[in-house]
Amino acid sequence: MAEVKKNEEPRIGVFVCHCGTNIAGSIDVKAVMEYARTLPNVIVADDYQYMCSTPGQNKIAEAIAEQKLTGVVVAACSPRLHEPTFRNATKAGGLNPFRFEMANIREQNSWVHMHQPEEATAKAKDAVRIAVAKASLLEDLVPKSVPVEKAAMVVGGGVGGMQAALDLANAGIKTYLVEKSPTIGGRMSQLDKTFPTLDCSQCILTPKMVDVYRNEGIELLTYTEVEAVEGYIGNFDVTLRKKARGVITPAEAEARGIVGGGCTGCGDCVDVCPVIKPNPFELGMAPRKAVYIYHPQVSPLIYTVDFDACVKCGLCVEACGEKKAIDLEMKDELMTVKVGTVVLATGYDIFPIEKKFEWGYKNYDNVITSLEFERLICASGPTGGHLIRPSDGATPKRVAFVLCAGSRDNTGVGKPYCSRFCCMYSLKHAHQIIEKIPGVVPYIFYMDIRSFGKMYEEFYYRIQDEGAKFIRGRVANILEDPVTKNLHVNAEDTLLGRPIDMEVDLVVLAAAIEPSAETEKTRRLFGVSCSQDGWLLEAHPKLNPCGTTTAGVYLAGVCQGPKDIPDTVAQAEGAASAASIPIHRGEVELEPYFAQCMEEKCAGCGLCVNQCPYGALALVEKDGRTVMQVTEAKCKGCGTCGGFCPGGAIWMQHFATPQIVAQIDAFLLGGEQ
Amino acid sequence: MADENWKPKIIAIICNWCSYAGADLAGGARIQYPPDIRAIRVMCTGRIDPLFILKAFQDGADGVLVSGCHFGDCHYLEGNFKAAKRMFLLKSVLKNIGLDDKRLRMTFVSASEGAKWGSVMTDVIKTINELGPSPLKEFAR
Repeated sequence: MAEVKKNEEPRIGVFVCHCGTNIAGSIDVKAVMEYARTLPNVIVADDYQYMCSTPGQNKIAEAIAEQKLTGVVVAACSPRLHEPTFRNATKAGGLNPFRFEMANIREQNSWVHMHQPEEATAKAKDAVRIAVAKASLLEDLVPKSVPVEKAAMVVGGGVGGMQAALDLANAGIKTYLVEKSPTIGGRMSQLDKTFPTLDCSQCILTPKMVDVYRNEGIELLTYTEVEAVEGYIGNFDVTLRKKARGVITPAEAEARGIVGGGCTGCGDCVDVCPVIKPNPFELGMAPRKAVYIYHPQVSPLIYTVDFDACVKCGLCVEACGEKKAIDLEMKDELMTVKVGTVVLATGYDIFPIEKKFEWGYKNYDNVITSLEFERLICASGPTGGHLIRPSDGATPKRVAFVLCAGSRDNTGVGKPYCSRFCCMYSLKHAHQIIEKIPGVVPYIFYMDIRSFGKMYEEFYYRIQDEGAKFIRGRVANILEDPVTKNLHVNAEDTLLGRPIDMEVDLVVLAAAIEPSAETEKTRRLFGVSCSQDGWLLEAHPKLNPCGTTTAGVYLAGVCQGPKDIPDTVAQAEGAASAASIPIHRGEVELEPYFAQCMEEKCAGCGLCVNQCPYGALALVEKDGRTVMQVTEAKCKGCGTCGGFCPGGAIWMQHFATPQIVAQIDAFLLGGEQ
Repeated sequence: MADENWKPKIIAIICNWCSYAGADLAGGARIQYPPDIRAIRVMCTGRIDPLFILKAFQDGADGVLVSGCHFGDCHYLEGNFKAAKRMFLLKSVLKNIGLDDKRLRMTFVSASEGAKWGSVMTDVIKTINELGPSPLKEFAR
């Protein structure tokens, strides 16, 4: 058990923060400070404009030294924000940093009771009293240092995941890049051109895919999913499921003793395969065989057998011949890797826009989504880059782009947030059709054009000059002419203040995005929270946008919230940098909130052992009787055992029973009745 | 006890990862709610010994709120399940000793549900105001 100084007379210092007017605006800080002076064990109380500033922190350190304090209470913001700051100040004063307790009088007081200054002040006094009661019983604790495995994992092989993996590997860290589909590249490989520079997406992405494939520091695990996660920062044991691909690589062939075998990407198997199904990479607009690659630029260039479609006729095995690359009896394999840190880059899916039935997607042939538009306008797409109307194959002359399709939608059907890149790609789409189809007129139905990035506004002006028509108004509904299959777009032009009914040949819905289907499963495996709309929750929206509340797990790209390619790459580099820090330090400190067995009270019943989700507790024989023993390396400090022990024999460090009871008593029995 | 100046004393024991973060988010969003609840932070609702809650009622608390992560979201995998089981047990204990079990509430508020935290606060305080002072109050101390 941690050292508890018996019979030590508690000497507590209380420091109340004004936080400018954030706290002082609704709480009488001076009154709280004066009140603190009347509390038992309080030796000194002070207040300051900003306790977290250098002079504020110095006040704490000086008071500890001068008054020989045994505990420190700061009444300020949330401990989730500044507990580390004030622990450092406590340490600077020569006291163990875990003898610090925080009273939250900002997030859970002054900000939520802005118009009730009296009640807020009374609540702040209670909060200080509760904190002093706990601080009087705090003990010295020493954080536990654990070594960090010199390896990292990136989940998701889109442009964000690829960038994070490259950065980590180039920093000398062995990196596992896990991707569920048979190739890396992600959504970006489905795009034709990128705004505002109009670079061809594949041309800038493919070299990066090759870099990832060739990088010796990266172990590329495509067609692989995360199955289970155990451990904590520095020591994650991740179980991966390598899905049966039905095709072996040259390296695997060598391991099986097939000389010169393995898939070379020749495609002979495709020619003979009798099964045809829609290609999801082309969003179902082109066929593919049961043995397939997504597109010609895939990395790694290894074919995959779709066992859901394969009839196991064996024609492909014959066609492959001596290479013996196809194994139709292949089974999923499980493998476990140990990594120190993890970057999640699980990306996004397109919101199922058919839920907005008034726009008729999937009912009307000539209503398509923007991602389908990308494939149709792409030179390597199903039409060779010729934009056509799906109903009759004609070239459209009037094209309507419906922005905020499902985004910024508070009806409960769509998404309340802005998907952030639809304005810009729709401008790009307008440019592309003007460039390719003589005489075409793009009509852009928008709410607001959000062109916020570098050179984005300039791009917007350029598209205006090129002749795109902008109509400010949300599209109410779209109706199809059953004979011509033309579409009538009904909206209100809010600038002219009149309704319009426009006949067009093709409608492109700039559909909202939502977290990818795997995001929910992955986040639960890694213990990461999500925000209300399902995007993964960062540790702090401004000060720690790449981190999560699970130590050692970081976020890159759209899985954290909608962002465009430059922002995704930037965040990926940030996440890679954050993920490399613990690895390069070589060790991390864990908060010492461990369970301890008070052996004199332990009856050895073993009920706690089953409560622990981590298997950290065990019964052992000691001095002729059975007692419980904690393995600190496995204990994560939840305290579930401590909440259950019938004998009160478990001491939860920093959240010990006497400390919590003192808090309850201080609130209910202390103060004015 | 028809004390017109009576204000409920309600204690909330909440987990660090979800509900405490949700409460902080309510602050960031300046969601206003009544000020009659005092919160104590634990790492996980699994830490909450039923005796803590009985102690609070013994000390004269008018209500107790326990709030953790949604099922399946627990930072420690299953602490909230275990806490919920204990709360069911406790509710029947409270009924047996003649205390209205509505004085004990368990809720599940995630780190992103600031608005929900505000409505939970408002609702708990409303419930306790309707129930009036705890009959155990006069025995406190």
